[in-house]
Amino acid sequence: MKKDWPLWEIFVRSKNGLEHRHFGSLHASDAEMALNNARDVYTRRSEGVSIWVVESKNITASNPQHNGEMFEPAADKAYRHPTFYDLPDDIEHM
Amino acid sequence: MTNENLTQYIYSIADNSLILGQRISELCGHGPNLETDIAMTNIALDLFGQTRTYYLYVAELSKEDVTEDDVAFLRKEREYKNVLLVEQPNIDFAYIITRQYFFDAFHFLLLEELMKSKNVNLQSIAKKSSKEVTYHKRFSGDWLKRLGDGTEESHQKAQQAVNDLWVYTDELFHMNEDDKIIADAGFGVDNMQLKEAYYAEIKGLLKEATLEIPTITYFQKGGKKGIHSEHMGYILADMQYMQRAYPDMKW
Repeated sequence: MKKDWPLWEIFVRSKNGLEHRHFGSLHASDAEMALNNARDVYTRRSEGVSIWVVESKNITASNPQHNGEMFEPAADKAYRHPTFYDLPDDIEHM
Repeated sequence: MTNENLTQYIYSIADNSLILGQRISELCGHGPNLETDIAMTNIALDLFGQTRTYYLYVAELSKEDVTEDDVAFLRKEREYKNVLLVEQPNIDFAYIITRQYFFDAFHFLLLEELMKSKNVNLQSIAKKSSKEVTYHKRFSGDWLKRLGDGTEESHQKAQQAVNDLWVYTDELFHMNEDDKIIADAGFGVDNMQLKEAYYAEIKGLLKEATLEIPTITYFQKGGKKGIHSEHMGYILADMQYMQRAYPDMKW
């Protein structure tokens, strides 16, 4: 049975106002079953208030072999970080 | 109305959840796949949670010094008042789902009414359980539709399960003497009033699942009076073994 079921990526939002985060993946025959399964597998200890499911094949991922050209050039460009401003004290979470 | 009437009434509700929970928990680690295994185990745990709150109340009503564990584990077969439906064996996944759906559809309607009970304990247990049972019904109903409207094999197995389990549905609405006394007092539910809505609901779903509605008019009964099927003894033997072999054991 499981062989025939596609893989789904599960995103759960843990609290109102926070973003959905990737929680893991599971098998299901369609989106509705993926939602039910995600509810049972990932939110049984009240981890979440909202679930998104995306079939894994619909995600386009970067190739780890291209990490050199993709990500390393950013490593020595400290000036791209906005660290040269004085932030007022009452601005939080920056 | 005596405490004994009320206790018996609570058994007739809570024992369904206990025995069905025990049946489903037999599947723990044996579900058709990991996702369904966890889903079924969650349902079993929900049912045990509900059972516990009912039995805590029974223990409170008792004049003797008993706990919810004594109520669950130390009664004899005839003292359990669950319907025959919930003790039926786990023949295959279609049976498990059909048994679950036939029970969930009833359980949902029962709790909707029990929420209006004049007894605050029953009222609050019903309120809390109702959300859980709404999901159980969604889970089992979705699955029954998938099996019925699935492959040729799943359709045939689901139809077999529906045909075999249909004879146990009528007993859900039977009212024994205690049930009547408690319903008349405004504490309990008159199950007969749920019958029409129940059959409308399950016939609607069976149709959607492309399954045929059985035309059987002879129904099985007995569980509510403590007269159980041959399966019940085995369930209790499994369930009560620890408390019988090691009385008062704790872990």
